[in-house]
Amino acid sequence: MNRSFIARNPSVLIFLSLLAFFTLGVTVLSEGFGVGLVSTSFVKTLGKTLCLCLIAIAMDLIWGYTGILSLGHFAFFGLGGYMIGMWLMYERTRQIVEGALSEGVLPPTPEEVQAAIGNQIFGVVGSSEFPLIWAVADSLVLQLALVILVPGVLALVFGWLAFRSRVTGVYLSILTQAMTLGLSLYLFQNASGLRGNNGLSGLQNLPGVTAPQSVVSLWFFWASALALGLGYLLVAWVVSGKFGSVIRGIRDNEARVRFLGYSVETYKLAVFTLTACISGIAGALYYPQAGIINPAEVAPIASIYLAVWVAIGGRGRLYGAVIGTAFVSLVSSWFTGGQAPDVPLGFYTIRWVDWWLVLLGLSFVLITLYAPRGIGGLFDLVGRIRKETGE
Amino acid sequence: MSTLLEVSGVTVSFDGFRAINNLSFQIGPAEMRAVIGPNGAGKTTFMDIVTGKTKPDDGYVIWGDKSVSLVGMSEAKIAQAGIGRKFQKPTVFEEQTVQENLLMALRKDRSPIAVLFFKPSADDLSRVAELATEIGLHDALERVSGELSHGQKQWLEIGMLLAQEPKLLLVDEPAAGMTPAEREKTTAILVKAAKTRAVVVVEHDMEFVRRLNCKVTVLHEGSVLAEGSLDHVTKNQDVIDVYLGR
Amino acid sequence: MKNLLFAVLALLMMSHVVSAQPLTVQDVLQSQRELIEKSSRRTIGPAIDALVDSGLPQMQTVLELWQAKEIWQRKADGLFFTATKNDDGSYTLRDFEDGAEVGTAPSTDLKQLKPNSGVRAMIATALVQFQLSDPDVTKRRDALDSIARDPGPDLLAPLRAAIPDEADPDILARKTRLERLMTMAYDNDAEARVAAINDMSGDLGVDFRATLNPILSTKLVAAPAGAPPDGNIAAELSPGGDALSYSGAYALLVAEDLVPVQISADARDAALEANIEGGRVGGFPVAQLNTEAARDQAYGVLVDQGLAAPMVTPKDVEASLAAYRFFQVYDEPSAEVTEAAEAALAASEGRVAVGQAVDLGLDALSLMSIYFLAAIGLAVTFGVMGVINMAHGEFIMMGAYTGYVVQLFVPNHTASILIAVPVAFAVTFAAGVALERLVVRWLYHRPLETLLATFGVSIALQQLAKNIFGTQARPLTAPAWLDGAWVINDVVAISYIRIAIFILALLFLALFLFIMKRTRLGLETRAVTQNPRMAASMGINPDRVNMLTFGLGSGIAGIAGVAIGLFAKVTSEMGSDYIVQSFMTVVVGGVGNIWGTLAGAAMIGGFQKGVEWLNPSNTLAAQTYMIIFIIIFIQFRPRGIIALKGRAAGD
Repeated sequence: MNRSFIARNPSVLIFLSLLAFFTLGVTVLSEGFGVGLVSTSFVKTLGKTLCLCLIAIAMDLIWGYTGILSLGHFAFFGLGGYMIGMWLMYERTRQIVEGALSEGVLPPTPEEVQAAIGNQIFGVVGSSEFPLIWAVADSLVLQLALVILVPGVLALVFGWLAFRSRVTGVYLSILTQAMTLGLSLYLFQNASGLRGNNGLSGLQNLPGVTAPQSVVSLWFFWASALALGLGYLLVAWVVSGKFGSVIRGIRDNEARVRFLGYSVETYKLAVFTLTACISGIAGALYYPQAGIINPAEVAPIASIYLAVWVAIGGRGRLYGAVIGTAFVSLVSSWFTGGQAPDVPLGFYTIRWVDWWLVLLGLSFVLITLYAPRGIGGLFDLVGRIRKETGE
Repeated sequence: MSTLLEVSGVTVSFDGFRAINNLSFQIGPAEMRAVIGPNGAGKTTFMDIVTGKTKPDDGYVIWGDKSVSLVGMSEAKIAQAGIGRKFQKPTVFEEQTVQENLLMALRKDRSPIAVLFFKPSADDLSRVAELATEIGLHDALERVSGELSHGQKQWLEIGMLLAQEPKLLLVDEPAAGMTPAEREKTTAILVKAAKTRAVVVVEHDMEFVRRLNCKVTVLHEGSVLAEGSLDHVTKNQDVIDVYLGR
Repeated sequence: MKNLLFAVLALLMMSHVVSAQPLTVQDVLQSQRELIEKSSRRTIGPAIDALVDSGLPQMQTVLELWQAKEIWQRKADGLFFTATKNDDGSYTLRDFEDGAEVGTAPSTDLKQLKPNSGVRAMIATALVQFQLSDPDVTKRRDALDSIARDPGPDLLAPLRAAIPDEADPDILARKTRLERLMTMAYDNDAEARVAAINDMSGDLGVDFRATLNPILSTKLVAAPAGAPPDGNIAAELSPGGDALSYSGAYALLVAEDLVPVQISADARDAALEANIEGGRVGGFPVAQLNTEAARDQAYGVLVDQGLAAPMVTPKDVEASLAAYRFFQVYDEPSAEVTEAAEAALAASEGRVAVGQAVDLGLDALSLMSIYFLAAIGLAVTFGVMGVINMAHGEFIMMGAYTGYVVQLFVPNHTASILIAVPVAFAVTFAAGVALERLVVRWLYHRPLETLLATFGVSIALQQLAKNIFGTQARPLTAPAWLDGAWVINDVVAISYIRIAIFILALLFLALFLFIMKRTRLGLETRAVTQNPRMAASMGINPDRVNMLTFGLGSGIAGIAGVAIGLFAKVTSEMGSDYIVQSFMTVVVGGVGNIWGTLAGAAMIGGFQKGVEWLNPSNTLAAQTYMIIFIIIFIQFRPRGIIALKGRAAGD
C-alpha cells in the first residue's frame, strides 16, 4: 500500500513510454526535423488528436471516475482556445498593423496603432472598439493565465450552483448541455466581443516567429504531447489514492459517501473545476494547430462526441479514454477526409463522407448495448484469459 | 444519565401523509437501543431525520454535550459530528478493496485537499487491520469487496461505521438475510460497540432484538407507542394490537 | 395684361354662345386656348380650374389625355383633338364629345400638347376628384391609396368634395379618415387642425402617427445666450445631455459659421506632413512624432509660425458653448397645433404600448405552444417512463419530413396536411417502437447509458436524413387558409398559423390527459411506471406497455414535427434545435406531470419573449439568458415548478 504510485500503476509508465516513443517517431518522420514521411498537415492532425486525448482524460475523470456525465466540457475547451486565440490574433495583427503604419510619413502613435488593430480585428462585426474582455490581450502571460482561469471560474460558478441544488444524473447532463448551448449562442452574437460567428482566425501563425509551419507544427505537437503526458500523470495520481477512492465512491453510491462524512458537493466541484482547467489547456493547445476557432466549436454536439470517444475507449480507465479518442477521431478524419474508398453497390454508391456518421452512431449504440467497457474492456479480457491459462 | 441525542416533537409529512407524527426520542452516550415497529411505522424516516437526509417540518433534534441542533445541517456535517449510519441493504463500495473501504471511513480530515495528499501511516494501517480483525475480515483486506458474501458485506459496513468512530451508531436491520452463525457474530460486534457509544438498532426480528438485551422503543404510525424492556413492551396491550392486528 | 383682357372677352363671348347651344369640350378648351398653349406651371391653374368647373362629363377623359400627351392642336384653326398615328405618318383626329373621327391630318399640320411635369402634376391633382368620385369602386380605392401614399395640401379640397356623395360605407370611412389626417397636416385654419388632432387622439393607426410625426419635426437652432430664437420652440437643450452631445452642439455652431472648426487628428497630421522640411516639422525630427503629445506640440509650433490654423482646445469649446443656447424649434409655426399633436401622440403611444404588450403576450403564447408541442412527446417518454431519449428531436424531424414527402404526392395542401398527421404519427410510432425494442428496453434503469445510446441513434438518423433529403431546407407548405393573420389593429396581429398551433397544443394536452386518465393504456402505463413488478403480477405485460407508451410519445413527437415544419424550416438538424429546450421544458416544469410541462413551456416561452422584448434585436441573447435563468431557477426548485414530493419522487 505504501509503494510509490507509479509502481502501483504500471499502466502510467507504459503509457508515458509509448507517448515518448510516438513523439520521437513522429519527429523523426516529420518534414520539419526528419525525413519528411509524415506531412505537416498530418503532424497537425496528430497534435490535435493529442489535445483531444487530453480533454478525454479530463472527461474520464469527471465521468468515468466521478460518475458525472458532463455534456459541456467542450465549452471549457473552446474557452481555453478563445483565450489563447485572443493573444495570438491581437499580437499578430499588431505586428502587421505596425508594419503597415510605419510606411506612412509620420511614425505611428500608440493610439493610431490601437485603433488600426481594433479596426482590423472587429471590422467584420462592424465595430472598431476593443471590448473590455480584450483588456489584457496584449499580454501573453495574462492570457495564458486566463486559459486556466476562465474555464475554471465558469466551472466553479456553474458547478457550485448545480451541485449545491443536488442536481444529479441525467438532469445534470442536460444542465451541462444547456450551459454549453448557452455559451455557444452567446458567442454567436457579434456583441459578445469575440467576433461573433467569424470566430478568431489565423491562429496557426505564431507572432514574431519566422520559422515555417513544418517546424511550428512540431513545436505544438511536442507541447501537446508534453501536456498529455503531464495531464495523464496528474489525473492518474489524483485517482490512485484516497481521493480516487472517494470519487469512485461518489460514482457508485453518493449517499453512502455523504454519510461517511465527506462533503460530496465539494468533491464534485473540485473535480469539475479541475477537469475544466485541463480542458481549457487542451483547447489552448488545440486551436493554434487548427488555426481557427468559432462558436460552432462549443455547440452541444462536440461535448457529446467527447462522451462517445470516452465510452468507445472504455470509461473508468485513463488509457481507455486515450485509445477511444485517438481511434475514433483518427478514423473519423480518415473517413470524412475522403480517403476511404467508396463502396459501389450498383444501384447506389456508399460514400463514406456521407455514411460515416451513420456508421459511428450505430456502432456507438452497439457498444453501449453490448460492450459497455469499450475497447479498454479488451485488455480486461486479455488479462483474464492470461490469468486463467496461467493458473 | 446525560442525553446524547434528543428528538422532540418532530413531524414530517409527504404529500399530506404524516410519516412521523410528534415523535420524541432520547438516548444516552453509551446505550444500546432497539427500535421496532411494523412496516410504515416511520423507522427509516426517523433515521433519515437524524442523519439530515430529510428535513422535519416541525420539532427539534438536539445533539451532544453542546446541544447543537441537527436540523438544517448537511449529511456530511452530521456524520462528521459523530453519527454513523448503516443502511438496510449492505452498501459498501463494491469495486474497491476492503482496505480501501475501511481507509475511506477512517476518522480523518475529510477536506478534499487533505484527502488528495493523504498517505496512510503505519498507525492507520494497523488500525484498519485491527478493525478488520474485529469484523472477521482480516484475511480479506486486499479483496475487492464486491466479491464478499452478503454477511461479510454487512460486517464490512459495520466496520466502516466503527472506523468513523461515531458517538452514535444507527443500524438498519443488520441481521436481515444472515445465517444464525452470522447473526451471533453481528450481535457480538454490536454489543461490544455499545460499550463505548450509543447504538440504535432498527430491527424486525424479535429473536435478534431479544439477544441484544436492551431497552426497546416501539414505533407506530410515526410516534412512540411504548418504551421499555422487551418483556415489558411485548406485554403492552397496544403493542400486541399493533403487531397482531385488532 | 392684354392677354388676360382677351381671355375675359372671349369668355364673355362664349358664355353668350353657351346660352344659345349646349357647351362642348371644344368650347371650354378654346376659351382657355392661350393658357393651354403656353402651358406653364405658374399660369395653367385657372385653365385647369375652368375645365374642371365646366362640369362636363367628358372632362375627366380630356384631362387624362392631356396628361398622357395625347392631345393635338390643329395649327390651322387652333382646334384641339385627340389623335392616333396612322401607318403613313399622318394622324387620324377624333372629337372629344363622342370619339368620332373628324378627319386626318399630316403631322406637319398638328402641334402636340406636351405639358411639363409640373403641369402634369397639377392635372393629376385635378383628376383626383374625378377619380375619387369615379363610379368604379376600384378606381376610387386606387385614388385613395395614391393620396394616402403621397398626400399634399392641394388634395385636401378635392377629397372633401368627394365625401358627401360617397355611397360605399367602407370607402366613405377611409375618405373621412384621410380627410381628418390631411386636415391635421394641411388645413390653413389652425383651429380646424387642432380639432382634427383632438378628434383622433389616441388612435392606434400607423397612418395617424405618421401624420403627427412630421408636424412635430424639429430642427436644432443655436441662439446667442439671452436671446431665444423666433418660432415655435419645442425645448431647450443643454449640451452634454442625452439629446445633444458637446461635439454635436459645437458642430452646429461650426455649421453656422459662428465658431472656428475643430482641428481633427487627421487634419493635424496632414498639416504636419505638409510642413516637413529636411526631416523636421516645426523643429521636431519626424521620427519623434510617434505620440499624440509630440504631434500636438509640433502642430503648436506650426501655429505659432502662422503655418496652420490654431487648435480649438476643449476650453475654447466650453467657452463657445457657454455663449450660446440651443433650442429645438418645431418646423410647424403654430404652437396650438404642436401642443395638440404632442398630446395626441403621447395618448397614442400609451395605447400602442398596451397594444404591443398584448401582441407580445400573443407572441409568447405561440412560442409556449411550440415548446409545449415539442416537449409533450418527451413528457410521455421522459416524464412518465423516465427514459431519456436524445433521438426525440429526430422524431420531430421525421414527422416534418413525412409531411414533406406526403406533399410531394398530394398537391392539395389542406388534404396533404390532413393525411400527413396520421402518417407522421404512424411513421414515428413505428420508429419509436423499434427504438424501444432494439435499444431502450435493454437499458431501463441505466439512464446515462440510455442517453448515450439514443444519442448514437440521433447522430445516425440525422445523417441518414441528410443523405436522403440533402442539406438544404425542404418546404412544408401550410394550406392557403392558414396564410395571413388575424389583424386586430395596426399593433396587434397574430398569424393564423400560430393560432392553429395554439389550438393544436390544446388538443394535444387534451389527448394526453384523455389517454393517461381515461384509457386502459394510460392506466397500465401509470401502473407499470409506478411498480412494474406489481403491475406484472396483475396481468399487465410491462414489456408491451412500455413499447406502446414509448411509441405513443414518439408518435406525438412526429405530429409535433408536422406542426413545427409548417412554420420552421424542415432540415435534418431541426430536431437538435428543439431537443435541449424540450428537456428544459420538462425538467423545469417538473418530471412526470403534464401540467408541469405546460407550466415549464409557459415559463420558458414567456421568459424568452420577455427578454426579446427588452432587447428586440437579439434573439440569441434571449436564449442565453433563458438558460442562465433556468440554471438559477433549478437552485430554488430543483424538482421543477410542479414537483412530486416525498419518497415517491426518489432521489
